[in-house]
Amino acid sequence: MDISRREFLRIAGASTIVGVLGGWAAVELLAPGKLEEKYLLKPGALTAKRWAMVVDTKKMDEVTANRCIEACHRIHNVPDIADPKHEIKWIWLEPFENAFPDQQQEYVAEYLKEESFILLCNQCDNPPCVRVCPTKATWKREDGIVMMDQHRCIGCRFCMAACPYGSRSFNWMDSRPFIKERNPEYPTREKGVVEKCDFCAERLDEGLMPACVEVSNGALIFGDLADFKSEVRKILRTRYSIRRKPHLGTNPQVYYIV
Amino acid sequence: MPDEKKEVIDCLRQTNFFKPKKIYDRGKVIIGIIILFAFLTLPLFYNMGMGKAGNVPEPKIDTPVIQKLPEKERVCVEPKRYMRENHMKLLDNWRDQVVRFGNRSYKGYTKKYTISLQNTCLKCHSNYDNFCDKCHRYTQTKPYCWSCHVDKPKEWAGKELEGEK
Repeated sequence: MDISRREFLRIAGASTIVGVLGGWAAVELLAPGKLEEKYLLKPGALTAKRWAMVVDTKKMDEVTANRCIEACHRIHNVPDIADPKHEIKWIWLEPFENAFPDQQQEYVAEYLKEESFILLCNQCDNPPCVRVCPTKATWKREDGIVMMDQHRCIGCRFCMAACPYGSRSFNWMDSRPFIKERNPEYPTREKGVVEKCDFCAERLDEGLMPACVEVSNGALIFGDLADFKSEVRKILRTRYSIRRKPHLGTNPQVYYIV
Repeated sequence: MPDEKKEVIDCLRQTNFFKPKKIYDRGKVIIGIIILFAFLTLPLFYNMGMGKAGNVPEPKIDTPVIQKLPEKERVCVEPKRYMRENHMKLLDNWRDQVVRFGNRSYKGYTKKYTISLQNTCLKCHSNYDNFCDKCHRYTQTKPYCWSCHVDKPKEWAGKELEGEK
């Protein structure tokens, strides 16, 4: 079908207008909203696809371990409550038989038997605590960290029952009198909420390594498990490692080199 | 139907239904109503004149940190008006963005800020009694931010908690 020059110009003009308006609308619609525009990651924040930790137990002696524990608990205002019923711990020591009850061969190497192992939240890839939390106060971040939102925690302690590692502690009482030296940069917790290690999410956001890793002199290795070239992957490639109760299917992400 | 209606109206008319009623003890009743009205509105007048609500609070911003700033930089993350009306919403968003998404940088209307109640807001506004608590008392709001987010429990949270209970 022939069209006249006039007809052609009219159609071309109309489609240009439609195209410009439509394009403009699309830009408006797809542009980041007001909220996203205002909130940004800090420059230099450490990000990963799957954070994980490797504990080199050959390097991790008791002095180093205690230094890690001290650093973590000081930075995060973890109270020092002696009563084991009320104690709060983010990172702690446990003998081999308690740390790895599924590794109890009849004759265990003596150096393992005597050693204390440093334990913390395993930041499971399939975290049972997240499944049971009724308020989504605990959830798995995209980078694998199992995070806590104290504002939402109602203190039901389902997560404590679900966690097979004892990584969670409940605040039975006001913790402030039991904090020796308050870190003014970090909040304390109220009576009635559960708390645990969160791989120092607040430090990663600032571009810092977790507190325990920083003071461990290389006994703790932290990195991105999804990155083939990362240090954690390098170590796991070359050395034999075990995890705590992997048969439970929680897929813990703290590896122990024994 | 209309006939029935008419009958009813006639009936009512016969029983003086439409005639204005007489108020017995009219004077006393009117005085009573006035007294009742005065009694009911007393709290409003009381607060307008001399009560708590009469003293509209003026939060103070004369903390040492703010005073050290040059005149030009004495601004909050958003304009004053916005902060007065919406600081609670802003803090709520800050909380969610930090805890849920790890976004710790906020583009304010003049510059970027680190998102933190403890390390940003309260560094400048270190006068709890004359800043936060002043309006919160006036509006009878009791936020419990301070029970975790402040480093001086005795001077801050302690005072508020004891005072309110």
